[in-house]
Amino acid sequence: MIDLTINTEVAHKILKGFIKSEVTRAGFTRAVINLSGGLDSAISCVLAAEALGPENVLALRLPFRSSSPDSLEHAQLMIDQFKVQSETIDITDMVDPLIKRDPNISNTRKGNIMARARMIVLYDQTEVFKGLPIGTSNKTEILLGYTTLWGDMACAINPIGDLYKTQARQLSRALNIPAPIIDKAPSADLWVGQTDENELGFTYEEVDKLLYLLVDQRYSPQECVEAGFAQKFIDTVAARVRRFQFKRMMPPIAKLSNRTVGYDFLYLRDWGT
Amino acid sequence: MKLNLGLAQINTKLGDVGSNLQKHLDFVKQAKGRKADLLVFPELSLTGYVLQDLAATVAHQPTVDDPVFKHLLKASHDLDLVVGFVDEDSRHRFYIASAYLSGGRVLHVHHKVYLPTYGLFDEGRFFAWGDSIRAFDTRFGRMGMLTCEDFWHASPPYLLWLDGADIFLFSSASPGRGLNDKEKLESARWVERVTKAYASMFTSFVAQTNRVGFEDGLHFWGGATVNDPNGEEIAHGPYFEEALTVAELDLNQLRRTRARLPLLRDERTNLVQKELDRILSRD
Repeated sequence: MIDLTINTEVAHKILKGFIKSEVTRAGFTRAVINLSGGLDSAISCVLAAEALGPENVLALRLPFRSSSPDSLEHAQLMIDQFKVQSETIDITDMVDPLIKRDPNISNTRKGNIMARARMIVLYDQTEVFKGLPIGTSNKTEILLGYTTLWGDMACAINPIGDLYKTQARQLSRALNIPAPIIDKAPSADLWVGQTDENELGFTYEEVDKLLYLLVDQRYSPQECVEAGFAQKFIDTVAARVRRFQFKRMMPPIAKLSNRTVGYDFLYLRDWGT
Repeated sequence: MKLNLGLAQINTKLGDVGSNLQKHLDFVKQAKGRKADLLVFPELSLTGYVLQDLAATVAHQPTVDDPVFKHLLKASHDLDLVVGFVDEDSRHRFYIASAYLSGGRVLHVHHKVYLPTYGLFDEGRFFAWGDSIRAFDTRFGRMGMLTCEDFWHASPPYLLWLDGADIFLFSSASPGRGLNDKEKLESARWVERVTKAYASMFTSFVAQTNRVGFEDGLHFWGGATVNDPNGEEIAHGPYFEEALTVAELDLNQLRRTRARLPLLRDERTNLVQKELDRILSRD
């Protein structure tokens, strides 16, 4: 029996404290979040609103012309319920000139351009609002590399990156996030009809259990087979975890000197605070 | 005889010894107000925990000339203190250390003997390993100090027990981890389980305090506890927030418990030594 149940009260307390502590000691009192209308950014938004006060949180709605109207509406549900500040900036005019240069552009390229355009707006608005950008990537997508490097992963701090998607769902219920956001199929909404689970080829329910064994419990692939997982599924997931390690790291610096950033120049971000 | 034991679970500024010293003095004042005889601070309470390359720059020596310790030694005229710091020896080795200060003097310094260097821990990379485990006499009886990973191993508390410690002072900077469906993190449950076990098995007082706050993504969970010689918990600080917990230790309980349960009297140290000699001389 693989049980990913978390005590949401403990998680809630720690994550709220994390945002408060890490935003404050970086010298800020405010936060900016790309509120996609999905579950993960909704969680980060509530946690930030609770930690810093809703008036100190700016939620950005950043639609593209093909975005689902649900995404905008669901983000608005959050803004209304949690009384955070908000701004809506359509990214179509930023994105279209680039994607129109190539009539054969793939969905992946378009999706990456949108994710990175949103990152640009997010960081630009941090300057306007004087807030830190809060991350919205969960543990499942970080491990699977199901993210855009320097796009949706870009942030100053990430409160939810150690929660699997199914655990994030548990927390979202405890945070009173509106039901339509919790119940809908997870999607990056980068093209019409896209859903995470279709694109990945498996469900979060399945893959979270497997990742929990492989990563948290240090099971070997063979032990995962014995625990009832299909070999092909294990191979696919394990390959993704390995292949996308680069997305989880700062780019390696070629070492030449006796003291090199990343190898032997070692300080926390919280150095001196 | 009674001992009013104060356990400080504080947040610290990473690498800012001056600020942390000020917080120590604030807690000393509070503890005095609550009639504490002894106040114990967590591991690396003067420096913060994930020091990495800061280790050398925050080191101090527990002497009256030291700009930090002179204040703490002065404060120790009012109540005894245990503080956590980075100790630099004369040959520039850096230790994770705890000092027991009393009446303006340093009664004992413990250098952490087990430096976790696995998982999220990297202490062995930056610090020297302590190489002694000694109990020491105080005005309240004989005590022993251990630091975090030291008491994850069974032998250091056991050695302190045989060396005469009746009061065990454990200090930690324990990063919270192991979230599951339980009300407490796995790390908290583990520490509470073993400290209770040591108090029970050694029929001694076991107090532990742990820091709070965050360092990057790590958090520290607090939750100071005191267990009496019957293994009963007599004080418990809150989780995740700064607090001063003061517990009254009725030191006569040692006599009552050991009259009922003579585990110390019956401990067969010669047998332990004989078997250890045999085990260690194999090969």
